[in-house]
Amino acid sequence: MSVDTSEVRRIAHLSRLAMNDDQARDFAGGLSDIFAFVEQLDGAAIEGVEPMAHPLDAEQRLRPDAVTEPDRREAYQAIAPAVEGGLYLVPRVIE
Amino acid sequence: MAQETLSGWVRKLQAREISSRELTQLYLDRIERLDPQLNSFITVTAEQALAQAEAADARLAKGEQTPLLGVPIAQKDIFCTEGVRTSCGSRMLDPFVSPYNATVVERMNAAGAVMLGKTNMDEFAMGSSNETSFYGPVRNPWDTERVPGGSSGGSAAAVGARLVPGATGTDTGGSIRQPAAFCGITGLKPTYGRVSRYGMIAFASSLDQGGPMAATAEDCGQMLNAMAGFDERDSTSVERPAEDFTAALNQDLKGLRIGLPTEFFGEAGLDERVRGVIDAAIEVLKGRGAEVREVGLPNSHLSVPAYYVVAPAECSSNLARFDGVRYGYRCENPEDLMDLYTRSRGEGFGDEVKRRIMVGTYVLSAGYYDAYYLKAQKVRRIIADDFRRAFADVDVLLAPTTPELPFALGAKADPVSMYLSDIYTIAANLAGLPAMSLPAGEIDGLPVGLQLIGNYFDEARLLGVAHQYQQETDWHTRVPAAFA
Repeated sequence: MSVDTSEVRRIAHLSRLAMNDDQARDFAGGLSDIFAFVEQLDGAAIEGVEPMAHPLDAEQRLRPDAVTEPDRREAYQAIAPAVEGGLYLVPRVIE
Repeated sequence: MAQETLSGWVRKLQAREISSRELTQLYLDRIERLDPQLNSFITVTAEQALAQAEAADARLAKGEQTPLLGVPIAQKDIFCTEGVRTSCGSRMLDPFVSPYNATVVERMNAAGAVMLGKTNMDEFAMGSSNETSFYGPVRNPWDTERVPGGSSGGSAAAVGARLVPGATGTDTGGSIRQPAAFCGITGLKPTYGRVSRYGMIAFASSLDQGGPMAATAEDCGQMLNAMAGFDERDSTSVERPAEDFTAALNQDLKGLRIGLPTEFFGEAGLDERVRGVIDAAIEVLKGRGAEVREVGLPNSHLSVPAYYVVAPAECSSNLARFDGVRYGYRCENPEDLMDLYTRSRGEGFGDEVKRRIMVGTYVLSAGYYDAYYLKAQKVRRIIADDFRRAFADVDVLLAPTTPELPFALGAKADPVSMYLSDIYTIAANLAGLPAMSLPAGEIDGLPVGLQLIGNYFDEARLLGVAHQYQQETDWHTRVPAAFA
């Protein structure tokens, strides 16, 4: 499969990656090569095979519904790009 | 002095022949003098290291004997370290000073290890050459025009040049074993779930596994004893009783059944000289009583394509957390929320990371899930089943770690050719099996790695086979002349 510049820009948008036309052009070749490469999977004998999500086929471990973590809000907010009054700041969303 | 192994230093520290402070200073001096040639460290934590060393000396004076007490080590910069920058090789996390420790870091601290710093790596562990790091490429100590491998290239180069006796790595598709092979050291990827992933920055969660990198198998066993163990904070951590990974080091090899996967020897692309080194290593093991037979892994040719669906899919999901809001890089003057997200990510991530996020986003997008992701997960099972059948007849599998010698910086510009340098390592990740690389020869002054793959939870046996090999050979003692 080959992807063109507009397809690259569409995937970049879904991925939340800013990308101009020049950058998209640079990515198109590599992405096309990768999609062509993984097409080798089409020949695999996988009729009736269960998909494998976990190497040991383990099941999700459950724990009691109890508070185990302390409140570290200040430590976590200290490394944020912009906070005020305990809130994370982002550009205005509602005009 | 710096030729001494990690296990050798443990003995000398316990015997009080050297203090942890002296040892720590010795390696800090080597890093300062020699690392400018390699760029293997992103952050050196000299002050904290000396404080840790003094605390270790106080404990040694009291006769304490925790496994790594007073031993200098380095952490791959993918492991969160409280109060120390944890960059993951990315501009995205260049400003990130972790507010907590990874479980691996906690456990090694508790064992008394002294952290000298954080090692360089491919950005978010995505690469096989250490060229994708935001902090510049690492160079191979055996030839500084060549790559050290990746993604744990900083750890491998630092240990190879003896700037530190042991370092941690992580291995999602070969990221411990391939750089260990390229830098002439020993490295082990444990069974999936052995080493906690808590605080280890996630790339592909069903494949990622931390492990030790050092000069010898004995060193790796001692490090793994400190690193491994159940952790309730990692939902895929395996609940098993603690194990001594050095227990089988002195077990002889009489009757050991070694399988040679024909697919790892016959395929085009294997350098004949590498093959010669592996053949010679097989003879050494036979001489120690091992029996060798051929086995088939008929679906192994599908490993790399399956991996490049599964790993990017998990990466695109894991890296969605980097949004420029809560921590990490944020773009200047965002116009609106979408601009904040897309520019922070567009400016914060390098090209290889973007490429994998896009592949993952695509294969998981509506209408393509069955054609790519589900199919790859099915292929993953038939690859794991091949191993299951092979291990019914043999105890360990033996193969080259890499098809070729360490390559020159810039030599693999197109993504797919870079991906193929992990052709012999990826299958073990897909199956979740333990596997290691150890030095087995030299060609034109460059090291060659031998790979051993074990059955689930069989790390002690793998390390035992490697240790027996290292009793007979001296490849693991060799240090590049410029760093001797």
